[in-house]
Amino acid sequence: MATITDVLERPANPTGLWSWITTVDHKRIGILYGVTAFSFFLIAGIEAGIIRMQLAVPENGLVSPDVYNQMFTMHATAMIFMAIMPLSAAFFNFVIPLAIGARDVAFPRLNAFSYWSFLFGALLIHSSFLFGQAPDAGWFSYAPLTEEPYSIGKGIDFWALGLQVLGVASLAAAFNFVVTIINLRAPGMTLMRMPLFVWMTLVTSILLVLAFPVITVGLIELTMDRSFGTHFFNTVGGGDPLMWQHLFWIFGHPEVYILILPAMGIVSEVLPAFSRKPLFGYPVVVFSGIVIGIMGWAVWSHHMFTVGLGPVANSVFTITTMLIAVPTGVKIFNWIGTMWGGSIKLNTAMLYAIGFVALFIVGGLSGVSHAVSPSDAQQQDTYYIVAHIHYVLFGGAIFGLFTGIYYWFPKVTGKLLDETLGKINFWLLFIGMNITFFPMHYLGMNGMPRRIYTYSTEYGWDFLNLLATAGYFVLFVGMLVFIVNVILSVKNGKESGHDPWDAPGLEWTISSPPPSYNFAKVPQVLGQDHYWIVKRQAEAAGTPIMGPEPFVDPATIHMPNPSYWPIVTAFGLLLLAVGFLIEFPWQYLKFPIPIIAGLVIFTGVMGWSFEPAAPEEHHAEGDHSEEGHH
Amino acid sequence: MAHVGGQLPTSEVDHTYTTTGINHRKLLMWVFLGSDCLFFGSLIATYMVYRGQSLVGPYPIDIIDIPVTTISTFVLLCSSFAMVQALAATNKNDQKGIQIWLFATAFMGAIFIGFQIYEFNAFRLEGLFVWTNLFGSTFFTLTGFHGAHVTLGIVWIMVLFFVARKGKVGPHNALDVELCGLYWHFVDIVWIVIFTLLYLVGGFDAGPVAGVLTEPSLLSLLA
Repeated sequence: MATITDVLERPANPTGLWSWITTVDHKRIGILYGVTAFSFFLIAGIEAGIIRMQLAVPENGLVSPDVYNQMFTMHATAMIFMAIMPLSAAFFNFVIPLAIGARDVAFPRLNAFSYWSFLFGALLIHSSFLFGQAPDAGWFSYAPLTEEPYSIGKGIDFWALGLQVLGVASLAAAFNFVVTIINLRAPGMTLMRMPLFVWMTLVTSILLVLAFPVITVGLIELTMDRSFGTHFFNTVGGGDPLMWQHLFWIFGHPEVYILILPAMGIVSEVLPAFSRKPLFGYPVVVFSGIVIGIMGWAVWSHHMFTVGLGPVANSVFTITTMLIAVPTGVKIFNWIGTMWGGSIKLNTAMLYAIGFVALFIVGGLSGVSHAVSPSDAQQQDTYYIVAHIHYVLFGGAIFGLFTGIYYWFPKVTGKLLDETLGKINFWLLFIGMNITFFPMHYLGMNGMPRRIYTYSTEYGWDFLNLLATAGYFVLFVGMLVFIVNVILSVKNGKESGHDPWDAPGLEWTISSPPPSYNFAKVPQVLGQDHYWIVKRQAEAAGTPIMGPEPFVDPATIHMPNPSYWPIVTAFGLLLLAVGFLIEFPWQYLKFPIPIIAGLVIFTGVMGWSFEPAAPEEHHAEGDHSEEGHH
Repeated sequence: MAHVGGQLPTSEVDHTYTTTGINHRKLLMWVFLGSDCLFFGSLIATYMVYRGQSLVGPYPIDIIDIPVTTISTFVLLCSSFAMVQALAATNKNDQKGIQIWLFATAFMGAIFIGFQIYEFNAFRLEGLFVWTNLFGSTFFTLTGFHGAHVTLGIVWIMVLFFVARKGKVGPHNALDVELCGLYWHFVDIVWIVIFTLLYLVGGFDAGPVAGVLTEPSLLSLLA
C-alpha cells in the first residue's frame, strides 16, 4: 500500500488558486458557494430583464419567440437551482459549523465535492447557450413538450442532465448537513437550544434527502425517453404525461420549502438580535418548521388542479394546502411577537427581515387564494401565479438571504457593509419589487397567460406591463448599489470587531473572520441564545467581554487536509452527464463516454478512500489505508 | 434509528467526538439509504402505475420466468448471510474468515448479475427492448438500476477483499465492513420488493389488448 499512498499524497499547505481548488474548509467553500451563486443570480436577473423588455410594449419583437422561451426557462431554472438553493447552501456552509460550535462539517471532502458538482452542473446547463440550444420548455418542463418530436434540439437534454449533476451536489450537501447538525453539536447544544437557522437547515436538508431522488427518477426517465426511446411520458407508446407532473411536483413542492425554510431560519435569527429579545415562542417556531417540512409532502397536486384528477383529489389537496398555511401563519405571528415591545434597531439587516415578513404575507395570501381549486382554475397559468411566486421567492427567499448577507457579512469579512448604501439598496429593492410584481396580480386576473411571448394592445395589458418593466429597472439599480456596497466595504469598510450586533449566536464569540480552526476549545453551550447568557453573566460579574475568544497556534489543532479528489470525482460526474449528450452512431454503444467517466469517478473515489488523513500522520505511521470508505 | 445504541467507535480514526455517539459515517449511510428508498420507491411506483398498460407485446406473462429468477433471488439472499458472516469474522479478527466470506458475498452477487444478464438477453431475443413497450421501459429501467446498485456493491466488496488480503481488515476498521454490509443488505431488501411486485404479482400481467387489465391504474384511483 505504501506505493499507492505515495502517489496519493495529500496536498500540503497549497497557496493561491490551488488552495481554493483543494480546500475542504467549510468557510472557504461557503464563500465559493456564495460568489458562484450570486454570479448565476445576476445572469438569471439579466434574463429576467430580457423577458421584461420583450413584454414592455404590445406586439414587441425584441427577441425571437425561441429565444424568449429559452429566457424564461433559464431564468427560473437558474434562479431556483443555481441562485437561491446554493445561496442558502453558502449560509449552511459558512454559518452552521460556527453556530453549533464545530470545527468543520462532518465530511469536509464531501462538502468540497458538493461545491464542485454544483459548479460543473450549473456550467453544463449554461453551456447550452454556446450551442444556441438552451432549454426552452419552462422550468418544470412538462411532457409531452419535452419529448421528441416536440423538442428536437439538445436543450432539454442539457437541462435534464445538468439538473441531475446539480441534484448530486444538493444531495451530497444535504447528507453532510443532516449528519453535521445531528452529530457535531458542541456539548450543551441540545436540539431545543439550536438556533432557528440550524433547525431550518436540518429540516431543509432532510427534505432535500427525500425529495431529490424523486426528481432524479423523473429526469432519468425523461433522459431515457429522449436518448433510448422509452415511453415513460410518451403518449404514443401508452405513457402518461401526467406521470411526469406527479414525479415533478412530489419533488417540486417540498422544493418550495427547501427554498423558503432557510430564509425563514435567517429571519428568525435576525429579528431577535435587533429586537433585543429572544425569539417569541421558540418551540412553536421550531415545530411549525417541522410541520411545514412534513406537510409539504401532502400538497403537490395543487399544482395540478386543472389537469382533471377529479373532485376527490382536488378537494383533498385543497384542504391540505389550506392547512399548511396554518404553521406558516403561526410563524408570522411569532415574528411579529418577537418585535412587539422590543427595542428595535432599524439597520439594513433588520429592514430586510421586516421586508421579508411583509412581502411574505402578501405572497402567502395569494398562495391561499389558489389553494382553493375552483379559484385556482381561474388563476392557473396566468400572471397571478407569476406574481405569487415572485412574492414568496423574491420577497421571501431573496429578502431572507439578503437579511443573512447583511447580518453575517461582518463575520465572513471582518468588515461592516455600509449602512447608507445598504438602506438605499433595501428601499430600491423593496419598492422595485412591488412595482414589478404587484401589477402582475391584476394582469393575471385580467387573463394574461404566463410565458406569453407578446400580446395585443386590445387586451388592455399595456400600462401594467410597462409599469412592471419600469420596476425591473429599479431592481436593477438596487442590485448595482448592492454590488458597489460589497466592493467598497470589502476594500475599506469599517472594521466590525467580533460581535458588531451584540448577537446571541455562538458564531459571534470568535473573531471576524474566524480562524481556520473556528473554536480553539470546544465551547460549552449554556442555553438558547448562548452568547447573550455569557455576556450578561460577565457584565453582572463586572468583567464584560471585550474581545473574541483568544487565538491559538493553528499547528496545534488537527484540521482536515486539503484534497484533490473531490474535484476529480466531480469532474467524472460532469463527464458522465456530458457523455449522454454526445451520441455515437454505433448500434450497441451509442454513448461510450460514460464508460470513461465511470473510470474517472472510480479513480476519484478510490483516491478519496485511500488517501491518508494527513501527510505527517502518513509518514509517522507508514500506512493509513483504511481512512474513510465513503 | 435502531442502531443508536451501538457501542462507541473503537477504530482509531473514528475517535472524534459525536453528539449522539453514533459514528458520522454510519449516520451518513443510514441517511443515504433513506434517500435511496425514495429513489427505488419512485422507480417502483412508475412500474406499478404502468402495469398492464403496454400497447404491444411481449407482455410479462409471455416472457417472465419466475423459476429462474427464484434461483437468482435465492443466491442474492444467501449473499446477505455471507455478508453477516464477513462482519462477524472481522469483529473476531478471523483473517481467513474475512477473506472467504467477503469473496463469497461478492461471488454470489456476481452470480445474481450473471442471471440478470442472461435474463436481459433472453428478453432481447424474445423481442423486448426498452423501446418496445411500457413494460420494457419500466422493467429494464428499474431492474437495471438495481443491477447497477448490486454491481457497485460487488466492486466495493472486492476492494475490501483486496485490502483484507493484505491483512488490513480487522476489528479496528470493522465499520468499513459494516457500512458495506448495510448497503448490501439494503440492495437485497429492495430486490425482495422488486421480485414480489414484478415477478410474483406482476409476472402474469398481459396487455390491454388481451382484455386482462388486471389492476386499475394508480393514477385513476385518485380520480
